[in-house]
Amino acid sequence: MPHITNVMICTCTNCISNGALDIRDSLEAEIKKKELQDDVLVVPTGASGLCVNGPILMVQPEGIFYQKLKGKDIPNLVEEHFLKGRPVKSLMYVPPGEEGPIPELRSIPFFKDQRLIALRNRGLIDPDKIDEYIARDGYKALAKAVTSMSQEEVIKEMSDSGLRGRGGAGFPTGRKWESRRKDPRTPKYVVCNADEGDPGAFMDRSIVEADPHSVIEGMAIGAYAVGASSGYVYLRMEYPLAVKRIQLAIEQAREYGLLGKDIFGSGFDFDLQVFKGAGAFVCGETTALVASIEGKIPEPRQRPPRTTLWNKPVVINNVETWANVPVIINWGAKWFAEIGTEKCKGTKVFSLAGNINNAGLVEVPMGISLREIVYNIGGGIPKNKEFKAVQTGGPSGGFLPASLLDLPVDYEQLDEAGSMMGSGGMVVMDENVCMVQMAKYFVEFTNDESCGKCTSCRDGSLALLDILDRMCKGEGKEGDVELLEELGQAIKDSSLCGLGDSLPNPVLSSMKHFKDEFKAHVDEKRCPAGSCKALITFDIDKEKCIGCRLCAKNCPKDAISGEAKEVHTIDQSKCIKCGVCLDACKVDAVLVA
Amino acid sequence: MSKINPEDLNRIGDKIKRTMLLREGSCRMKIIVHMGTCGIAAGARKVMKALMDEIEKGDSKDVLLTISSCAGLCSSEPMITIEEKDKPAVKYVELTAEKAQKIFAEHVLGGKIVSEYALAAGSERTL
Repeated sequence: MPHITNVMICTCTNCISNGALDIRDSLEAEIKKKELQDDVLVVPTGASGLCVNGPILMVQPEGIFYQKLKGKDIPNLVEEHFLKGRPVKSLMYVPPGEEGPIPELRSIPFFKDQRLIALRNRGLIDPDKIDEYIARDGYKALAKAVTSMSQEEVIKEMSDSGLRGRGGAGFPTGRKWESRRKDPRTPKYVVCNADEGDPGAFMDRSIVEADPHSVIEGMAIGAYAVGASSGYVYLRMEYPLAVKRIQLAIEQAREYGLLGKDIFGSGFDFDLQVFKGAGAFVCGETTALVASIEGKIPEPRQRPPRTTLWNKPVVINNVETWANVPVIINWGAKWFAEIGTEKCKGTKVFSLAGNINNAGLVEVPMGISLREIVYNIGGGIPKNKEFKAVQTGGPSGGFLPASLLDLPVDYEQLDEAGSMMGSGGMVVMDENVCMVQMAKYFVEFTNDESCGKCTSCRDGSLALLDILDRMCKGEGKEGDVELLEELGQAIKDSSLCGLGDSLPNPVLSSMKHFKDEFKAHVDEKRCPAGSCKALITFDIDKEKCIGCRLCAKNCPKDAISGEAKEVHTIDQSKCIKCGVCLDACKVDAVLVA
Repeated sequence: MSKINPEDLNRIGDKIKRTMLLREGSCRMKIIVHMGTCGIAAGARKVMKALMDEIEKGDSKDVLLTISSCAGLCSSEPMITIEEKDKPAVKYVELTAEKAQKIFAEHVLGGKIVSEYALAAGSERTL
């Protein structure tokens, strides 16, 4: 196994005269003393260009520079940086003209707790250049698999690693592959499910855009393991950049002979094509996806024990699952299985969106808490507002309240809490978000995307929507809350596919955690979040108003009157409740009731 | 007949590493513009164009301009990363064409990090 950390010590004449050799010796001794010799390697290198500040150390892969080192600094440096993972600021290189070192990337909370496996090449390589992927050990796993491992060995490695499907269901990848390998029918296929459609989710798109070859290599390894000779990347047309990049990547891989006949002289043939989906949400469902490739109407079917394509065996895995495969082959199942929790190994990519300071793509070890993701990595809620809920798993997932923020992120724990891992969308909501409206938004989405095959999903979602809409308009009736629960459960029980089964989740989970808010809409005709327009009025606090006219100037309907330095008033007949005055006021004089 | 042998991977990798890692290549600096959908939507193409113009204007043959995809912090796009021989890489965030020009003048040509636009130095933890 390669060393985790490389310490480059400059041994140019200049640095040697400054004592670099003594530093090297004491480094090595100290590393041994702390029993870190398997993790940290000391490499002598040539002039670094900074040798006036020598002796110089550069720590890779972090890229941290230490300068002007003395023998007495070494024990502390080894203990802090290599043992405890805390770079020593006082010894770091300060760029000329700077007062202090600019922050080290890994000391920034957003990056600190992330660990990149599926996203290992993000921001580092040009996705349009296959050579850059190869330079970062690309296609070495494929070479290793096809030239030195049997199909069974590859699958054993997958099983031992504990890798589970990253599309959301969490089915063990090794077991899926093994069942297809044993299937005597040929030809066999592999498919990459990149039909990402959850609102606020962009993991698959980002992986394909940043590192298309990691997906191709993973699929080729999977194809070898099960005995498939062709594959499809099912990618939606709404992702034009991702489509372009993976198509180019496939062409480049073919040119090098990494796809095609007799790959690495092993006799293994495999080729791949992109299938552009039209963007129907239901196509992410396995049986509908297969139907779509076969040219049929993409309606989910009764799920057979094993999904087939053209009545032949097929392995369907998500983008992120495929991207993990080469790393497991290269680094071994044991290494991978040490990351994560007992039942959930490795990392998970999440797209962090909504009311969050650092929106973006994060990859974290399984088992990290929601709190760490929202507050450390995500940087908390903008404008210091209160956290209200986080939705995981897209429209099929549920809302989790602040009381569950310490929940560790893994498949089982999220399921138990009434949400799901899903493919990794994570939408954060602040105190001003109305849960009834959110539930309505997601039911609207699934109602729109329902394929229409099952009555319970097609009409059930419409019925849910009616009730939720009524509540938001202040027309909720007694019994509505109970009806929502009953109807939601009925839809769950009687829908054929995962989409119908999970569409009531946003309603049911918000009922579980935010029932009072639903009741307030019905019983008191009140929206506690101050968001449902029919249930709120805007007013001006006469005590606080300073008469600055900011609200009046910004009001699109000229509903606010009042001279400068005098208390303003809102004409309720003109007010459209857009909330512009609330945002404009600098003294919090606008009241929402 | 196979087109490629496992050993060929090292040959291809070593060759490109020279430009990627700036060790033996003729380039002194490498500018990576992060061009994922998020970056492009936030204006990465304008940043790219500004940097291309600057390189052309100064005929800076020792500066390599290249692309990569999303750097993770989508809300701070457009971002660029500047890699310089034997120094930690520096990431700049929330850029515009004007900011990119300033970074080019001060950091790429002048060797001084523009700390007001810089997020951090160093690289992420991979594997």
